[in-house]
Amino acid sequence: MNSVAFILIAILTLAAALAAASLPKLIHAALSFAVTFVGVAAFFFLLGAEFVGLVQIFVYIGAVAVLIVFTILLTGRDAGKDRGFNWGGVAIAIAVFGGLIWAILKTQPLSIAAPPIEALTVRRIGEALMTSYVWPLQCVGVLLTAALIGALILVMNEER
Amino acid sequence: MSGDVVDQIFIRAKQWLLSWLAGAPDWIIQVASSLLNIFALLGVFLTLFALISVLERKILGRMQNRYGPNRVGPFGLFQPIADGIKMLIKEDIVPARADKIVHFLAPILIAATAILALGVIPYGRNMTPFAIDGGILFFFAVGSTTELAVFMAGWGSNNKFSMLGAMRAIAQMVSYELPLIITTLPVVMVVGALSPDAIVAAQSSYSFGFVPHWFVTTPWGAAAFVLFFVSGLVESNRTPFDVPEGESEIVAGHMTEYSGFKYATFFMAEYIGMFAISGLTVTLFLGGWHAPIHVLQFIPSYIWFFAKLSALLFVYIWLRGTLPRTRIDHIMNFAWKFMLPMAFTCILAAAVWHYMGRGLAGWLCSLAVIGIVYIALSILLDTRKRFATRTYRFAE
Repeated sequence: MNSVAFILIAILTLAAALAAASLPKLIHAALSFAVTFVGVAAFFFLLGAEFVGLVQIFVYIGAVAVLIVFTILLTGRDAGKDRGFNWGGVAIAIAVFGGLIWAILKTQPLSIAAPPIEALTVRRIGEALMTSYVWPLQCVGVLLTAALIGALILVMNEER
Repeated sequence: MSGDVVDQIFIRAKQWLLSWLAGAPDWIIQVASSLLNIFALLGVFLTLFALISVLERKILGRMQNRYGPNRVGPFGLFQPIADGIKMLIKEDIVPARADKIVHFLAPILIAATAILALGVIPYGRNMTPFAIDGGILFFFAVGSTTELAVFMAGWGSNNKFSMLGAMRAIAQMVSYELPLIITTLPVVMVVGALSPDAIVAAQSSYSFGFVPHWFVTTPWGAAAFVLFFVSGLVESNRTPFDVPEGESEIVAGHMTEYSGFKYATFFMAEYIGMFAISGLTVTLFLGGWHAPIHVLQFIPSYIWFFAKLSALLFVYIWLRGTLPRTRIDHIMNFAWKFMLPMAFTCILAAAVWHYMGRGLAGWLCSLAVIGIVYIALSILLDTRKRFATRTYRFAE
């Protein structure tokens, strides 16, 4: 059951990723990219990481995908034009893929079985964020506030 | 106990239906159980949609001193059937220069997300269709996908009105998603769980047998309830925040190029979204399916839920009959300058309430926090614009 679901989700995710890279219209590529995010979220659900999956949908579809389509909308007058083939992108993609394959093959499989952990509930995630990871959380908060203020300054009406 | 039987009648019915599959493998039973939930949800809410569409027209008619639909069936109650048939047999027009696939997928996506959001709301005792641990998060995650669907509709139509409507819709939905989510935070913090069932269970007790412990009875809860309700109004693009489809300016916004059944799908998705957000309001602040008074608990839980839901829906219709459309820059200013600070204040007030022992002292202090911020905000945001009596040069 799980492996069937895995294969189906993998096919969907890979097809969407391929479409995002190869569709001629930029807006179609952006929407396919959103489908890829759904596929990744589905993987998280399959692994039992409900919270991460939901955040994946929330952040990547609700925010990142909307951001991407807005960027296309506000910048490109030629968003509908044929983008041609980008050989530099292919080279980078192959390099990243090769690096990942190399890293995965080099890693030794774990010699001992992982200890069973209790189900990861939202409460435990919250406790971890507020106790052991409170400094990274605060840093992210400050960073995002800085970004927000920066964006406001960029769009503010300049006096005179 | 006879009350229990009526209360759990739908659960019993489902168990009885599933008992036919007793010998089947586990996953078949799981799939069948999910399918039963889905069909029940669709049946109930599509019927409610048909009912509310005619009731809204009747109520609006009553408010505007006219009859409303009264030709099809008794009191015009069969009007939705006539409307449905009309929508189904209309020609489906797709603009020649439209992006065919995106144009086709937009109504499907928007209806799917609206219906998915209904799945996590507890409709009665043991009656949550899909009880997941992060239910509230699921609701908002699915809801945030609506923006993409609206964008697809606007872009796919290849029409300036559609695009403008979609831009307006996304702008106001993104802005009001913030207060919407932040006003749920105090509830989540006080309960300590993201699951709708836990939130409903936390509101189950009564003081003196007649004051329910719903979160709306606390000052922070009342403030958060109002903010949440207003944000919900914006999210479902209802009057007075219906600028995305302002008929007098941009035809029908992102739905301009849709006709026939696709338009009906958009219409349906809007109403289902309204049901979902009202259902969540009931769950978060109005005690879910709990009775308002202890002695009225013999009435089945789902009846209480749907009574509260109907009351909220009536307020939606009432507002539509009362208020004119707001200007888009006013909507935006209101979101960022008033709603957001007030939403953060609710978190603070909830914390005060919680750490002062959830008693009367905490109640008063939390009221003070809300009051101080509210007064400070109203002084700060006052534009000092006073309106004199209008004088007309020619129309006297």
